Amino acid sequence: MDVVTSNLDDYASGFWVTIQLALVSYALALVIGTVVAIMRVSPIAPARAAGLAFVETVRNTPLPVLIVLFVFGFPKIGIRYSLFVSAIIVFSAYTGAFVSETIRSGINSVSRGQAEAARSIGLTFGQTLSQVVLPQAFRTVVPPLANLFIALTKNTSIAAAVAVAELTYRADQLNTATAQPIPVFLGAGVAYLVLTLPAGFVFGAVERRVAIKR
Amino acid sequence: MSARGGAVLYDALGPRARRRVLLGSIGAGVVLALLVYVALRRFADNGQLDAERWELFTHGEVWRFLGEGLLNTLKAAALAMGFAVILGAVLALGRLARNKPTSWLTGGYVETFRAVPLLLLIFFTARLLPKYGINLDALWILVIALVVYNGAVLGEIFRAGILSLDRGQTEAAYAIGLGYWSAMLYVVIPQAIRRMVPALVSQLITLLKDTSLGFVLPYEELLRRAQIVGEVEPGSLLQGLLVAAAIYVAVNFSLSRLARWLEVRQRRRYRAGAVEVSGIEDLAVLEAQSEAAAGRR
Repeated sequence: MDVVTSNLDDYASGFWVTIQLALVSYALALVIGTVVAIMRVSPIAPARAAGLAFVETVRNTPLPVLIVLFVFGFPKIGIRYSLFVSAIIVFSAYTGAFVSETIRSGINSVSRGQAEAARSIGLTFGQTLSQVVLPQAFRTVVPPLANLFIALTKNTSIAAAVAVAELTYRADQLNTATAQPIPVFLGAGVAYLVLTLPAGFVFGAVERRVAIKR
Repeated sequence: MSARGGAVLYDALGPRARRRVLLGSIGAGVVLALLVYVALRRFADNGQLDAERWELFTHGEVWRFLGEGLLNTLKAAALAMGFAVILGAVLALGRLARNKPTSWLTGGYVETFRAVPLLLLIFFTARLLPKYGINLDALWILVIALVVYNGAVLGEIFRAGILSLDRGQTEAAYAIGLGYWSAMLYVVIPQAIRRMVPALVSQLITLLKDTSLGFVLPYEELLRRAQIVGEVEPGSLLQGLLVAAAIYVAVNFSLSRLARWLEVRQRRRYRAGAVEVSGIEDLAVLEAQSEAAAGRR
């Protein structure tokens, strides 16, 4: 256990990188997911097709493959960002695809009557979406969105495979230095719990607050 | 009229709206074509469309090399799924047991190992076992880590499946004189298994994607083999990775079609909703979709 306490700053810096990766990627993923969901339900066929292509491609490619492709492959066509930014781009795109599917399910779960009523008082497609459908859709999909956040938090560890200095990477390095895998990795595991458990509470509170009282 | 994905977000379009949608479609089409053009230009300008970079893939050995990588991926996934199913069943039954310590212990295991990242588990297994003199093949290190993790996830899926069954079933089983385990074996579990199949296939797809993490060990699965192709022919790294990604998409897409078909068939046949489970991306989406379907009914 001294291994953990005497290396707290290593853990802390890895933890901080992980938090940044998780929060920034999730925020971007929400934006990307909403845009793609709207594309997928819009009357414009090319938008629907593009949204479908994006989602199916990104969802069915493993995240390690995506990240290796972006970090090692894309520089060959001139797309080169720092490791941290690359990780954020890949994580937001990947999570964004799942967010879009979740939001789309939410949109489809809002009863037809709502959209019909919106149409009958003369709201346009855009207004129907923004004033009536999406607010209700978001309120119903808070639990799956919470699960996606927790999944993203765990997925940030994959950045360690391309040497981003987040928590898992730091833990492995620390183990290489001290050769005490049990306390080192246990500490990292606890650190991830410190991230995911409060996140669960926060989302739970949000869910209770915005739950549609029927 | 319901051939659109957007349910009732817009009426059957009148002439003005149709014109607007047509303009919008043309505009979107142009934008997309432009994006594709820019991407291809990027590729061409950096010489990535040159024949010599793609020449590799005219050789059968390269495809065989990658094909073996895919086989290794499938091998790891099959082994991991098999053992994880067994572990998951044990954990689910343990968590549902009336014996408090058993249910606490299994509950603790499940909650702990669902909350930690898989890569952390892989590193942990890879570093811990050699320390105690256990030197395993990369395949088994990967499989052990996958089983520890997916056992917990499957345990939750099984438990949700069993709990999703009507109480009436168990009550009826007790009423005709079956004991706890007979009721489980003959009444509950067979029905629960049918409900869990879509979630199980979903988890299998996730597991297949997770096997690619083996490349850090390094385990010679598809991603690692694509990287090796890139090491042997540095000019063809991007090409190799793109081909590997395409193979993954093809495999996973077919599997998810299978999952969707199974779920539709299950709804039709058994009028039972798919199990709602939390925790993983695909399952989160599955959950949202079954809620949507339930809300629509």
